[in-house]
Amino acid sequence: MSTKTPSKLEKILSAGHMAVTSECGPPRGSDSEDITKKAEMIKNHVDAINITDNQTSVTRLCSLASCIHLKKMGVEPTLQMVTRDRNRIALQSDILGAASFDIYNILCLSGDHQNFGDCPQGQNVFDIDSIQLIQTVRQMRDEGKFLGGDDINRPPQMFVGAAANPFADPFEIRVPRLAKKIAAGVEFIQTQCIYNLEKFELWMKQACDRGLHEKVYILAGVTPFKSAGMAKYMKNRVPGMDVPDDVVKRMSGVPKENQAEEGINICVETIQRLKEVEGVKGFHIMAIEWEDKVPEIVERTGLYPRPDIS
Amino acid sequence: MIVAEKKPVEEIIDYVKDFKKLLIAGCNECVTVCEAGGKKEVGILASALRMYFLNEGKKVEIDEVTLERQCDHEYLEEIRDRIDKYDAVLSLACGVGVQFMAEKYFSTPVFPGVNTCFLGAAEERGVWSERCQACGQCILGETAGICPISRCAKRLLNGPCGGSTKGKCEINKDLDCAWQLIIDRLKELNRLDDYEKIMPIKDWSTERAGGPRKVVREDVRL
Repeated sequence: MSTKTPSKLEKILSAGHMAVTSECGPPRGSDSEDITKKAEMIKNHVDAINITDNQTSVTRLCSLASCIHLKKMGVEPTLQMVTRDRNRIALQSDILGAASFDIYNILCLSGDHQNFGDCPQGQNVFDIDSIQLIQTVRQMRDEGKFLGGDDINRPPQMFVGAAANPFADPFEIRVPRLAKKIAAGVEFIQTQCIYNLEKFELWMKQACDRGLHEKVYILAGVTPFKSAGMAKYMKNRVPGMDVPDDVVKRMSGVPKENQAEEGINICVETIQRLKEVEGVKGFHIMAIEWEDKVPEIVERTGLYPRPDIS
Repeated sequence: MIVAEKKPVEEIIDYVKDFKKLLIAGCNECVTVCEAGGKKEVGILASALRMYFLNEGKKVEIDEVTLERQCDHEYLEEIRDRIDKYDAVLSLACGVGVQFMAEKYFSTPVFPGVNTCFLGAAEERGVWSERCQACGQCILGETAGICPISRCAKRLLNGPCGGSTKGKCEINKDLDCAWQLIIDRLKELNRLDDYEKIMPIKDWSTERAGGPRKVVREDVRL
């Protein structure tokens, strides 16, 4: 596939390399070092770093400003953008703001409901949804036009991504939903954290059967467990998360002091297995407040060094 | 119908405690059906207030009336001849009725006795749930007769989100995922292929976003 943007992530995928991305959550304050320190730990081991947009609806330093901090340190950011908090005016405005700093990747999301966060009494916006945000960015980039139809001077050049959750219900529309995002114009996908490998492989197979793997780059999402407690929490408390019993059992089966290591082992084994799955074009490693472990995971899975493409 | 809930009596007392002559006005329409502001609730509230004022040693006159509708001039006119007798009106109609009462009787204080909640239906006795947000541009024809605007917590036109679990919404395990319902019904209607049609960005100008709305029908005007 030829590239359409200056995105390094797009170039790496287009050249046929397995991509590696990771993510950093911005701080609950204004100290930029909280972001740059995390990025420093992983920047040599990943191709791009996602910055989450007020994830779980907890108010944080904004994704766009955090992406600019990454950009300033020479790291390629992926701007996560949710449609929960901003209407179409603000979304387009922030896309242009990001484009003015030459941010080349965007991940279009609807966002967790505000009910989960620190402002459950707030309004939500949802003027548009994630699929319509994909269409919006593609229109702004490819046609150089605002939603209102006016021309954009220096349109954004963004490689357009979205999330996919193979584990949410109903399962039968999870591949059609992927097809819908592709039809809207998505170019790369980062999936929900994968623990149920069989289910993921089934989803992937169904996607391949429809030829969708040739229309979009799919990066498999992984998150290492720090503890058995975290595995149980993810299983029982996080909506749309599928953690099979045997994974929880495996985490619980080792002494507490070795659980973190076991979590990394599971993550490494997951990547090694999924590397062989048709249609998987890379990995999105979400090591939640555990960024220092990303290099180890990347190295142990043979994904290091990263291709030197700029 | 418009579904409403009774306001806590403490809140109502706070509104009316300094008045001497009160009219409690119920409405025979939606709020009667949802048992929040009909004749029965007018009677119950009147008794509670009489009890309160008696305990406080205050002499307050409380009258009761239940109008056919409070959102129609015709029925509101029925109390014109006696409205001046009252220091205040406590309206148990929905927010529409309360406002129409206030517009009509400009110099009489009017207070709401219910919280107007949503446009909904009675699922079973004592259970009402939302079905419509009056967006002004109905899309039920595209969504198998189930409204994602009123029934999806994120009003997603292209759902479901990644939080849909076992048919339930991520924000509440007792809440059906609207998109699960839509998909189930599309299947039932042999229209599941329609799921892949992308619903375009919505024009919200016919909704609250476009400012207060008005319908003018020349064909039915007098």
